[in-house]
Amino acid sequence: MQAKISVQNVSYTYADGTEALKHVSLTIRANEIFVLFGPARSGKTTLLRLFNRLSDLTPGADYRGTILVDGQDVFALGVNVTDLRRRIGMVFAVPTPLPGSIRGNLTYGPHMAGIRDTALLNERIERSLTQAALWDEVKDRLDHPASRLSGGQKQRLCIARSLMLEPEVLILDNPTSGLDPISTSMVEESLYELKQQYTVIMVPHSVQQGARVATRAAFMLDGELVEIDTAERMFKHPKDQRTEDYITGRFG
Amino acid sequence: MNTTKSTDARTNSHRRTLKRQQTNQIATVVITGVAGLVVLPIILVILYIFINGIGAISWEFLTAKPRNGMTEGGIMPALLGTLLLTFGTGIVCIPLAIGAAIYLAEYAGDNRLTRWVRLAIVNLAGIPSIVYGLFGLGMFVLFLNFGTSIVAGSLTLGIMTLPVVISTAEEAILAVPQEFRVVSQSLGATRWQTIRHQVLPHAIPGIITGVILGLSRAAGETAPILFTVAAFYLPDLPQSVFDQTMALPYHLYVIATQVPGMPLEIQYGTALVLLLLVLSLTLIATVIRTNMRRRRDW
Repeated sequence: MQAKISVQNVSYTYADGTEALKHVSLTIRANEIFVLFGPARSGKTTLLRLFNRLSDLTPGADYRGTILVDGQDVFALGVNVTDLRRRIGMVFAVPTPLPGSIRGNLTYGPHMAGIRDTALLNERIERSLTQAALWDEVKDRLDHPASRLSGGQKQRLCIARSLMLEPEVLILDNPTSGLDPISTSMVEESLYELKQQYTVIMVPHSVQQGARVATRAAFMLDGELVEIDTAERMFKHPKDQRTEDYITGRFG
Repeated sequence: MNTTKSTDARTNSHRRTLKRQQTNQIATVVITGVAGLVVLPIILVILYIFINGIGAISWEFLTAKPRNGMTEGGIMPALLGTLLLTFGTGIVCIPLAIGAAIYLAEYAGDNRLTRWVRLAIVNLAGIPSIVYGLFGLGMFVLFLNFGTSIVAGSLTLGIMTLPVVISTAEEAILAVPQEFRVVSQSLGATRWQTIRHQVLPHAIPGIITGVILGLSRAAGETAPILFTVAAFYLPDLPQSVFDQTMALPYHLYVIATQVPGMPLEIQYGTALVLLLLVLSLTLIATVIRTNMRRRRDW
């Protein structure tokens, strides 16, 4: 299978001297659910924010190595960053609807890209909300404030908001951290739907969640990639002792 | 013997508790009193001027030109002049201040330009207003040859108002949650689109408050307009921005100290109009701020 994202020997040090990533190399394939797991501060979010260059918002860091998306170096000169971010959608750990209506949240990305055709937008709104398993709950109140939704609804709205841009890759950075079990399972279910069309990269809330959803998985520890394998082998027969210790709950 | 001792100890500790409570009460009274004292001068000033000046206020006082060596008639040219100058100050100050605030809050890195801008703002805020007046005289009236004019006065007042407006606007911009910026850019918005659509709309109430407070200060200043625009006695209205005009603060200074035989009531009346003008600007700022704060949904 072809490499969607290829991380080659990437190291990353924040302005304050924290070494967040140390010589990480891995490959993410198209149309898989790639799970990136490990204890807090192991460098997962730092790595994900390099894929769509949200890392640009944290100046002063030292970055080495190469990240290719479809064979194109994302840090090369002349790369259109806004276009890159439209191709790689991102959902954050805390649900972050923007102030305004549900519809306003959904159309924000397309509007910024200059898409204003109402018919096209309405079609995308329905499809995105359906894929994020939220359509039935909000279809009659699209113009209500997004802030009145429940936590789980907000997070699914954020997923739908990313899908509005029809990205190729969807990054979910611990998307169920603040959600109750029912909302969590709804978000998880929507992932299988998404996998058909998108490459999904996810930081799971727990090892169990990772094992439930992953096609392939990578275990990170202290900024290093410890192990990368299919979900089957990773969660049942890890090769590295540290992975096994983490999965079985001996630390972390 | 033993009992007496323990009783003594108990009385002592009781006494100490009482003393602590008394001290606490005294402290509460003193602190509340001091806080109340702060309100007293402003109430006294307003009341005093109101009682002495209200008699002079009439439609004619506000709309007529001064007559008979300013001892009769109204203050219309001065009132209009102050409104014009406040407007001009806004035109000079608002774009500059908001631009600088956006730069400082959104773009400024830790570089030499940023340090110079911040140093300039701190120093601008510390310059006495008479120095602004002299600077305006040298720079705008003489060097740029605008003459003693509304343009020169507005530019001088505008520069003087910059630091207040920049600082409040910068604070308002920084108060917008960082997530909005991250989310917006993650959705493919450019930095400017993010500022335009996610930052400024939420910062606007704070920015407006800063602008109005800055303008209300400019409306009441005397020293900066002394050499740059204010006319001692000019009942005819200005025909262009290169004309002089009368202005309330300077007019008040003139009638209070320079004109013999000036009826007291007119002096108080003029002071009252100036005071009400400045206070109503402050009031508008407060109303806008409270309203916008109640309406926001984050």
